[in-house]
Amino acid sequence: MKTRRFLLPAATAGILALTLSACGGGGGGTTGGGGGGSDADANLDGRGPITYVQGKDNSKVVRPLVDKWNAAHPDEKVTFKEQTDQADQQHDDLVQHFQAKGADYDVVDVDVVWTAEFAAKGWLQPLKDKMTLDTSAMLKPTVDSATYKGTLYAAPQTSDGGILYYRKDLVPTAPKTWDEMMGMCSIAKANNIGCYAGQFSKYEGLTVNASEAINSSGGSVLDKDGKPSLNTADAKAGLGNLAKAYADGNIPKEAITYKEEESRQAFQDGKLLFLRNWPYVYNLATTEGSSTVKDKLGMAALPGKSGPGASSLGGHNIAVSVYSKNKATALDFLKFMTSEETEKFYATQGSLAPVLSALYEDKDLVAKLPYLPVLKTSIENAVPRPVTPFYPAVTKAIQENAYSAIKGEKPVDTALSDMQKSIESAGAGS
Amino acid sequence: MATELGPTPVKRPASGGTETHRPPKGVGEDNRIKSQGKWATWLLAPTILALAVVIVYPIISAIVMSFQKDAGLDPATGLFVQGGPAGIQNYVNWLAQQCAAPNGGTVACPPGTLGGQFWSATATTFLFTIVTVTLETVLGFWMAMIMARTFKGRSLVRAAVLVPWAIPTAVTAKLWFFIFAFEGIANKLFNTTILWTGSEWPAKWAVIIADVWKTTPFMALLILAGLQMIPAEVYEAAKVDGASALQRFRMITLPLVKPALMVAVLFRTLDALRMFDLPYILTGGANNTTTLSILVINQIRQGFNAAAALSTITFVIIFLVAFIFVRFLGANVVEQSGATPKGKK
Amino acid sequence: MTTATAASDLRARQDKGRKTAQNREKWAQGRTYISAAIVLIWCLAPAYWMVVTAFREVGFTYDTSILPSHITLDNFNTAFDTSFGNHFGQALLNSVFIGVVVTAISLLIGVFAAYALARLNFRFKYLVLGFILGASMFPGVALITPLFQLFTNIGWIGTYQALIIPNISFVLPLTVYTMTSFFREMPWELEESARVDGCTQGQAFRKVIMPLAAPAIFTTAILAFISSWNEFLIASQLSSDKTQPVTVAIANFAGAQPNQIPYTAIMAAGTIVTIPLVILVLVFQRKIVAGLTAGAVK
Repeated sequence: MKTRRFLLPAATAGILALTLSACGGGGGGTTGGGGGGSDADANLDGRGPITYVQGKDNSKVVRPLVDKWNAAHPDEKVTFKEQTDQADQQHDDLVQHFQAKGADYDVVDVDVVWTAEFAAKGWLQPLKDKMTLDTSAMLKPTVDSATYKGTLYAAPQTSDGGILYYRKDLVPTAPKTWDEMMGMCSIAKANNIGCYAGQFSKYEGLTVNASEAINSSGGSVLDKDGKPSLNTADAKAGLGNLAKAYADGNIPKEAITYKEEESRQAFQDGKLLFLRNWPYVYNLATTEGSSTVKDKLGMAALPGKSGPGASSLGGHNIAVSVYSKNKATALDFLKFMTSEETEKFYATQGSLAPVLSALYEDKDLVAKLPYLPVLKTSIENAVPRPVTPFYPAVTKAIQENAYSAIKGEKPVDTALSDMQKSIESAGAGS
Repeated sequence: MATELGPTPVKRPASGGTETHRPPKGVGEDNRIKSQGKWATWLLAPTILALAVVIVYPIISAIVMSFQKDAGLDPATGLFVQGGPAGIQNYVNWLAQQCAAPNGGTVACPPGTLGGQFWSATATTFLFTIVTVTLETVLGFWMAMIMARTFKGRSLVRAAVLVPWAIPTAVTAKLWFFIFAFEGIANKLFNTTILWTGSEWPAKWAVIIADVWKTTPFMALLILAGLQMIPAEVYEAAKVDGASALQRFRMITLPLVKPALMVAVLFRTLDALRMFDLPYILTGGANNTTTLSILVINQIRQGFNAAAALSTITFVIIFLVAFIFVRFLGANVVEQSGATPKGKK
Repeated sequence: MTTATAASDLRARQDKGRKTAQNREKWAQGRTYISAAIVLIWCLAPAYWMVVTAFREVGFTYDTSILPSHITLDNFNTAFDTSFGNHFGQALLNSVFIGVVVTAISLLIGVFAAYALARLNFRFKYLVLGFILGASMFPGVALITPLFQLFTNIGWIGTYQALIIPNISFVLPLTVYTMTSFFREMPWELEESARVDGCTQGQAFRKVIMPLAAPAIFTTAILAFISSWNEFLIASQLSSDKTQPVTVAIANFAGAQPNQIPYTAIMAAGTIVTIPLVILVLVFQRKIVAGLTAGAVK
């Protein structure tokens, strides 16, 4: 067959040909879109059974709460739908249901960083007018994380903030400011251990750490209107702190690969003087067999410019779907889930940080979770991660450029202006 | 060798040939092709149909999507609005690394955007492909030559090379991530303090080493199969003629193994060009280890339509490489897979 | 051709050079063994490290002593423990289920195509073959974007069909390709004689060819199953914790605490996933090698 050599390319090309000629039509289309104007005004007085959707209930706190609610509200029963525990999968599952405008998800639990995106897509019921929720008892930064363009779209449900862990056997009193902490690095040197580490691997944790550095020195990633505001002296000083500490070895070289776990491991092995991490470290560092710092663990608020630093905020919000048929019930359930009683239950049963400021002074709670007073300072001074519908692009912009700046691959101000431009571009849509 | 094909007894057209098993060339041949063609159509239909559904439909759908704009924000309300038709803007944006500007129009993508990573991801993809395939070919050849010798424990070696191949890539990636941890065994064994996943070249080498470990066996087995096709007498003869070992390798082994080798190289190349699992789990794409496939996945949640354009570009790149291989380097896969019935010319 | 026999030939031919030849033979053998040892270590050492870590106490995760130390079976319990939100047991079942369904579908429709391609003569044969080969080299990411959107719209994310259908896109071409190569090697004379005995082509296929083809089909099934078992890209995007296969489960393995990555349990899970595969591969070594290399050399 002499045509063989010719035929193969032709055959492979056939795929393309088929592609271009056959069938036509197909999916296409664009994402969600459209304001939820009319949907947001509908069913405000609706009462009846609803569904609450949340990620995997690992600490077994939601089920008893729902049972309690159902016992008290036989006509407005809540069905609890548990999603997976993978954040990405939870996100996609919600998107899928909202896009179908399904009324089957009435109340949803949303990560603080998705709140703006879902609000901008018009999927979350604005909590105003008939749907107003009192947030005066809640810590302000947690409320900010649920607010988009001046409107509250969700109720803060649980929170989380960064804590500075330190070696109290080596450091007499915890540093209040970044400069103070850097001054203490001589102690680390004398003991031949690393001085400070956070999470500097290129992932979400770096966004948290870089934003903290920028916010702690008085700068901010986004201004009040959601526009990036990174070309400032304060922002430069903040990111500069990390870059400088990395360059002169106060942040050990290997910290550039640290995520939460690696940094905890290094601290527990006695290789670090200071560690920025989440509250979960407390339990492990004081109980785990291989921990060398069991009795030497000190906790303090993150260091700032002249006082406590500004932690990035973690945690979850709870929101009502605009497509819900029973919004009056949904709002009641929202109030129930953010009540003092519920929040206390969350804290005692699930070690989840409350959003109500009063609970941080509760004696029983503090006895169980000794880090609460420190965490309160941390959350009070916290700044939500950028509240933007383009969070994936914004976090990417921060990670890429902060990473280069810390490693000294580009000057801090170049990194910040690149960050600024990237975020502007993301906001401009594609 | 297989038999000569006789005419098909079933539904043989009355006009076609004689009752003998060797119909005259010409008319008989044509008829046979026709009747077998009918059979073939029915036998092939399910496969072609299935592939049309699972491959052709998504491609068309992707191409349609790639000409649509992604949803953007209405600055007044802060709510998303539909994008509308985009023409070839998505493609232009990727290829020219253009990003949307705050006041309309486009600007060069600043570092920190996905759009600004297109060419570096392309370069990384090709770097991985060229380095891993080269290393795999050389190492694979070496392994194959060893396995072709007779020695005690040969079957053990042949079994052992299948182990890396049998471990799922996702597990491989986790395993090497653990091996390459700062406190991990790699640094300990070689007494180094390399931040394997923390800086550019070590991260790239980490991916390359893990990939070479995983896929060299495949290469080695294909080459070994090729080696075993070479009759021993050929070497004997060459040796009698006084050819040195190097000459024997260059003049006999290489040319005779070449067809099998080219197919193996083509398969591995196309596989390496779509590399995803390994860098995605091992380095998360950090430190310039983002391949085109990872870039597509990252883009999906930032906008379907731009992602569709990028995946189409990736597809075209891979197609072009396959084309070049087949057209100019003589990796004739179809001929090699030898779908021709034996004994036919 | 081996250096060992080469050396013995030499000895036979050249009486004078006997000593040199013997030395050379020894030297060549020695080199072979050294090389073989290097290959063995290179291939097995990382896998060995996985198994060693799998049996190590979690508190000693970063212990780097080469021999097993702090041995425990806890990690295997942890791997199957669902209280941290891992669903490894479920994921194993999912992987088996998806693998079996994909393999079955691919074999069922692929076997006919392979028969046609290996056996029949028809126009556009090379076009069809090229199309199928092209399909097997098709990049998964080119499917994922449209499928992600399509499945989102019709609510299929997190269903089994959302994983099975895309898997067919690469398992089916592989199946057809491998079986075509096998079929070309089969003794088709028997079919011929069956037809001489009065069977139709269909009967000949069913009664004579199918039993003969069984080993080939079996090998192809193993290869198809393994490639489905190893799939990660599509599953990582389109599965939920109810449907995710082991590859995704292992990549996302969570620890007792948020942010904790339990390496010892991951290695235990990795060992569990790998061992059946390794056994399968070792038992059917010859067949699998034949299947892998089928298309390339014959």
